[in-house]
Amino acid sequence: MPDARAPRTQGDRVIERTTTVVIGAGHAGLAASYFLSDASIDHVVLERGEVANSWRRERWDSLRLLTPNWQSRLPGLRYAGPDPDGYMTVGEVTEFIERFAKVSLAPVRTGVTVTSVRRAGDDYHVTTSHGEIRCRTVVIASGACNQPAVPPLRDGVPASVGQLTPLRYRDPAQLPDGGVLVVGASATGVQLAAELRRSGRPVTLSVGEHVRLPRTYRGRDVLWWMDSSGVWDQRYDEVEDLTRARRLPSPQLVGTPERATLDLNALASMGVELVGRWAAVRDGRALLSGGLRNVFSLADLKMERLLGTFDEWAKASGCDAEVGPPERFAATRVPESTRLHIDLRSGEIAAIVWATGFRPDYGWLDVPVVDAKGRLNHEGGVAGSPGLYALGLPVLRRRRSTFICGIEDDAREVIDHLAQYLSVRQ
Amino acid sequence: MTTVTNGVNVQALLDAREVLKGAPEAAQFTWRASAKWQSGVHSQIKVQSFFGLGEEQNHKEEWTFEADHPAVFAAEDNGITPIEYLLVGLASCLTGGIASVAENRGIQLRSVESTVEGGHDIRGILGADSDVRNGYNDIKVTFTIDADASRQEIEALVAQSQKRSAVFDALTNPTNVTVEVA
Repeated sequence: MPDARAPRTQGDRVIERTTTVVIGAGHAGLAASYFLSDASIDHVVLERGEVANSWRRERWDSLRLLTPNWQSRLPGLRYAGPDPDGYMTVGEVTEFIERFAKVSLAPVRTGVTVTSVRRAGDDYHVTTSHGEIRCRTVVIASGACNQPAVPPLRDGVPASVGQLTPLRYRDPAQLPDGGVLVVGASATGVQLAAELRRSGRPVTLSVGEHVRLPRTYRGRDVLWWMDSSGVWDQRYDEVEDLTRARRLPSPQLVGTPERATLDLNALASMGVELVGRWAAVRDGRALLSGGLRNVFSLADLKMERLLGTFDEWAKASGCDAEVGPPERFAATRVPESTRLHIDLRSGEIAAIVWATGFRPDYGWLDVPVVDAKGRLNHEGGVAGSPGLYALGLPVLRRRRSTFICGIEDDAREVIDHLAQYLSVRQ
Repeated sequence: MTTVTNGVNVQALLDAREVLKGAPEAAQFTWRASAKWQSGVHSQIKVQSFFGLGEEQNHKEEWTFEADHPAVFAAEDNGITPIEYLLVGLASCLTGGIASVAENRGIQLRSVESTVEGGHDIRGILGADSDVRNGYNDIKVTFTIDADASRQEIEALVAQSQKRSAVFDALTNPTNVTVEVA
């Protein structure tokens, strides 16, 4: 590539050339950059805001990582602080990712928004807020949580009730006084329900399918078990229902210094009212599913099965003696009666927090690799268009991919594929 | 591996799932029933045709159901009450689901029995108290299952059958209903 860097003009436009454009300077984009540099592949990392932007601007104040510090590892960078079993605050995550960008000398351009990526012959043409780039390969690392996924129910909510998504939520003081309906029992939903309840508000939590986990099991962090027992090593092509695995709500976990479990029983004990999945709005009334008991059963049974696989692994691997005795947890308590509707006009609910998940935003991607539901078509990060790759999505190549510690193997393998693609094309 | 024979053609269902993923229009079914008033609160309901997989379909024969009310409602008891038909639907849907999930999971069933109870305050339908709803206050299904499986696996079968049950969903979640005069 003798003139790879030489700008080329087309009409009066200057088109920069590089081999690879990485979109996003979070942990995934920076890990891609690390391995691209390692392979001496000429590239730039484009970032709409600053490094670790969504951690700086789109997370609530009290949030900590779900993974313990010792699991916070990026290529060539490990947590070396005094509290390996603690959980990083948002500020600490931001610093950690910033440090990674610095030590890996990633060629990041901040404040550059990508507005379009399209195919141009065998290349890609990237249009940004600061000019145009022609490149041979693109790595999409723009995140999995760009937009809140709010169900159409929102349109039926009376105007008197405030509505908020977790991307805008910072702390309880932001909400009007009065009752709050939190929709969704993922990690986000249970954490916000607990925080809002502690602020003194009446909180109702609408619960659909969810993933229940204890914070610690047999004396170890439950994510130590996921990591050590091999559950997180399961590859995407070994997962029985991959679509489901990729859409699974985040587990009901919170990172606190006390390492406390935050399941539905804990919330109920705090006085959070549990109701069924919000199914419809009719005449200003939220209609709630009567199937609450079964989503409890499903989550309890799945947790039991998972703990059973941990126990089997502990026995087989000979670490039974190093951990505590097997534990079993009380079933999720079914409330004596659950409400099937809430009148949203009565003033009981002052605000609704939609903890109903997030979706990536590919509005700028003018390559036909996004399905009807807005999901990227890819095989382990290799997108359905030659030279196009993705990193930093749930269960991208293995279950561990969903977490920061999963990026090292993913990025190495995806960039290997990219390097192979470049060498074959030459 | 021993062969499980619960009599459910799971492969056909799994194949259909794959095909319909790419053909959502073929997945649109319309189920029908036609009812005819007999006398008193007795009606007769016939079910034969339905629409699905893009065309008109038929059960192999026309099925006839009688609905009435028992003597305590001052009726002639020519058939079960309409609200009991909901229990029939729920029990059969969950039972079929259990057999399908068991087949798919390689669990041999020996017997699956259930009782379904619906708690109903009839002051609602009689208009005796406007605070009382017309329908069930709660429904309880109790399964007794004999199978080559642990209790936990059996509980998981029952949970999964609810998760994929059309009638469980229809009863636990609201549905838009339009009733009009032709």
